[in-house]
Amino acid sequence: MTPIDPAPMVADPVGLAAVSPKPQTSWDWRAAANFMAGGAGTGLFAATMLAGLFAPVIWGAAFAALALVGAGLFCVLLEIGRRWRFLNVFRNARTSWMTREAMMAVPFFAFGGLSWLTGWVVLGWLGALFGLAFLYCQARILRAAKGIPAWRKPELVPLIVSTGLAEGTGLLGVVVATTTATGVPGLGMALAALVAARFVLWKRYRRALGKTGAPVQTFRVLDGPRSGLIGAGQAAILALAGYAMLGLPLQGLALVLAGLAAAGTGWLFKYTLITRAAMNQGFAVERMPARGAGESAPGIKPGWTTA
Amino acid sequence: MTRYAIVADLNRCVGCQTCTAACKHANATAPGVQWRKVLDFETGEYPDVSRAFVPVGCMHCETPSCMEVCPSTATGQRADGIVTIDYDICIGCAYCAVACPYQARYRVDEPSAAYGGGKTMRHEAAREDPARLGVAQKCTLCVDVIDAGVAKGLVPGVDMGATPVCVASCIAGALHMGDLDDPDSNVSQLLREKRHFRMHEEMGNGPGFIYFTMAKSRT
Repeated sequence: MTPIDPAPMVADPVGLAAVSPKPQTSWDWRAAANFMAGGAGTGLFAATMLAGLFAPVIWGAAFAALALVGAGLFCVLLEIGRRWRFLNVFRNARTSWMTREAMMAVPFFAFGGLSWLTGWVVLGWLGALFGLAFLYCQARILRAAKGIPAWRKPELVPLIVSTGLAEGTGLLGVVVATTTATGVPGLGMALAALVAARFVLWKRYRRALGKTGAPVQTFRVLDGPRSGLIGAGQAAILALAGYAMLGLPLQGLALVLAGLAAAGTGWLFKYTLITRAAMNQGFAVERMPARGAGESAPGIKPGWTTA
Repeated sequence: MTRYAIVADLNRCVGCQTCTAACKHANATAPGVQWRKVLDFETGEYPDVSRAFVPVGCMHCETPSCMEVCPSTATGQRADGIVTIDYDICIGCAYCAVACPYQARYRVDEPSAAYGGGKTMRHEAAREDPARLGVAQKCTLCVDVIDAGVAKGLVPGVDMGATPVCVASCIAGALHMGDLDDPDSNVSQLLREKRHFRMHEEMGNGPGFIYFTMAKSRT
């Protein structure tokens, strides 16, 4: 007798596996790319304009920043289901941080692009301000996603902002060290300070998450090497940035490595946060039903822990 | 005012998934999409075992986080509490899906049928809706049935012609639907008699789906 292939199972499994938190499948690498490129791009633009106070503005870095943010938004365009309706994203400024992010992107590109074209620093400053607002909106987008325990923590907001600034400053260091651009005094120190601040905010976020609890798998992922922000790696970045400040041989190489690592570890963190650590809420019951003459048993919340 | 809600008596639910099947039949949702489903919680070790069948879906929350985050205003809320999606406005960003603590939202990008191969069953062909592709979708609380029934003078939750199909099809009398703002409604009376809870109450959404665990007269 020829066996009949069973129909593929499309329903959830039964038992606690069906009620425990599962990885969200709504946002993939394309959404993560927006947070990675958008954060680094706005951070790079702000760092570039700030560095312009101490040295000639590196307009190439400003253009790269605009391109990065644009690439991130293009990735989001690839992710949405109805691409030709993208202008509808502007309809809910009253409550949606996604709308606000889009609204900040417009003046960022307008002022940033015009400053790059004309060389007017004032326009660049305006672009940087709107870029920072864009970065803040990105952080609030995650905070407002109530269905994902790893995202909705208030402590994530300063972490996302700080990593964007650290990534951007790191990339500016790479640009300065690998091009003929005039050196920017204090760049290594600024990078070190931002990486240190990011690490402190990461530890604060992780503590807060452990206190309130989260899905077991979220902790497994965030505590693993893919979280990107583990202490040894961040210490190495600090050491490299510190070396770059000393005026010793190969200081340019040290700044490049520190910058790349600051950006790379930030990107890895955000990629992990969006795609791997983002378990959903799962399901829970406060009390189990009382069967027949039996008693009602305490409820359960499968797949959760504090740590 | 009217505030429609569903109540589920966990003592009565036997996990038969008739509500799930009725919903799929009425709405022709794609394979893998279940606007209504019944979860199976089984805990403990023999002989100390507890089991609960828990119907879930869109909770039609009082303050829906999906609506707050929606950038396009496609997600809305009617005066009677039903949370709606305008398929013609939605951009399919799925932000609502990650904002929902009840995993009630889906997005289907390609047409698909239960048996595959491009063949659709009669009810799938009848309810095929291209507007539902590439956008967010979820339980509508059978709003078309409710509105049609109310227009005829029927009472949702009492008259089956004005009641969501999951409730109307429940074989165990576990699912009820009605107006929470009416103190004399079927659900208001049940809430007075039974101990109850709402899932993930701490999230602050105020879900419009309430679970009974036992009669208040029992300790």
